[in-house]
Amino acid sequence: MHTVTGSLIGMYHICKREMWLHANHIRMEHNSELVAEGKQLHEQAYPQRAERYREIILDGSKIDFYDPYDKVVHEIKKSDKLEHSHVAQVQFYLYLLRRNGVEGATGLIEYPKLRQTQTVRLEEEDVPMVETWVQDIERIVTSEQCPDRIAKSKCRSCSYFDFCYATEEP
Amino acid sequence: MKQPKYLFNAGRMSRKDNTLKFTPVDEDGKEGTPRYLPIEQVGDLYVFGSLDANSALYNFLGQEGIAVHFFNYYEHYTGSFMPREYLLAGKMQVDQTKHYLAPKKRIEIARRFVEGAANNILRVLKYYENRTRSTPDCVDSTLLDAILTVERLLASVPTATDVPMLMGIEGNIRQTYYDTFDAIVGATFCLDGRSKRPPRNELNALISFGNMLCYTACLSTIYHTQLNPTISFLHEPGARRYSLALDIAEVFKPILVDRLIFRMINKRQLQPSDFRVEIGSCVMKEAARKRFVQGFDEQLKETIKHRVLGRSVSYRHLIKLECYKLQKHLLGVEEYRPFKAWW
Repeated sequence: MHTVTGSLIGMYHICKREMWLHANHIRMEHNSELVAEGKQLHEQAYPQRAERYREIILDGSKIDFYDPYDKVVHEIKKSDKLEHSHVAQVQFYLYLLRRNGVEGATGLIEYPKLRQTQTVRLEEEDVPMVETWVQDIERIVTSEQCPDRIAKSKCRSCSYFDFCYATEEP
Repeated sequence: MKQPKYLFNAGRMSRKDNTLKFTPVDEDGKEGTPRYLPIEQVGDLYVFGSLDANSALYNFLGQEGIAVHFFNYYEHYTGSFMPREYLLAGKMQVDQTKHYLAPKKRIEIARRFVEGAANNILRVLKYYENRTRSTPDCVDSTLLDAILTVERLLASVPTATDVPMLMGIEGNIRQTYYDTFDAIVGATFCLDGRSKRPPRNELNALISFGNMLCYTACLSTIYHTQLNPTISFLHEPGARRYSLALDIAEVFKPILVDRLIFRMINKRQLQPSDFRVEIGSCVMKEAARKRFVQGFDEQLKETIKHRVLGRSVSYRHLIKLECYKLQKHLLGVEEYRPFKAWW
């Protein structure tokens, strides 16, 4: 059984193959400079981050910064543009909170490099949408078949690029 | 950037904060000036000299995922300190095992390794055939004959129905290939048939040593993927502890090792005086060994423009790409086609 996590939700909205490989522990982050940078940013972007922020684990999924007083989920992203997948990830966290009895939480995606933030909400009518994602993810990652690659320009910056594209000319 | 480090001198390696400290020790047991190796720059350690180290060091190296490969006085590979697996993937492991257990699936992969090796052998042979042809007074047809024989043997690879039969074909290809070595470097060295454990003469010593380096390079690369190095397809698992590295090395040996040997001999970077012939065996002298290891290291760092990825990749990275292709085959994503040198 695979636990649906925030990372998987993010990948679900970017590349199903990356999600499948990641869920099956075939990972490439250890040789990606970009991932290392993101991790560093995560650790260092907000050194003064108040002590009241907590890391919480809900149904096996981890939320890195949660402010239980204002009920805000914080998510730091290295990206230089706002992404639909980031919003989806935070909506999933809000969904987890709601399922665990926390009403009215909101999300805040922080882009330290852009000096911008993005507020995220999860309305009652959004819940079925998130549930569809979760079911779809469970279906895909438990499938025997690895999904096709997406062949987009963003593949070039992905840590799986060499994995997906390494082949020999016939 | 992580780089492999080669230790030829005797000395003591220790952990100093988060750095490696190497203190050379001379023959009289006198300590020299220590050298420091920042841990983020260290790939694997290759130990040729005598190394003093304690468990604190190995714990540190293990934690950092750094392997240590040991070679004895006769340059034979004696073993490796391999850190705990850090990239376990149950699915990958199961799929790899399944492909080993099903004879049909296994032979399919094994054939590919032999094809890869044969193609790269042909690349080397054709290069030298071309060169001898441009020498006007040369009428030797050894290389041309060998090319035709290897091509014929390669064509028979699909007919091999089991691994021992395939190994037979592979053996014949190697035999034909080694028989041409005298035609390539005959003026200074003579192979006089392949001999191992121990190698009887200089050229045999070089081949054995080079193959060992290639094997350890493959082993280290496999370690940084989710493949299990002990489950192999062409070689029998347990032939050596990490037999998948033998499979993959098969493909790269002609390109990484043999070419280097020919180049170094033909450029007179290696001479008969660089070897010490002992009763029934032959070893490289230390200075020559250093030169050869350096040559091999430079070879691995050299880059080529990859035709499919469209960017420059090092020879070392080619080994990694080979692992990825194999992984994809095992996961049923894409059929494995072995690396084929085109230059």
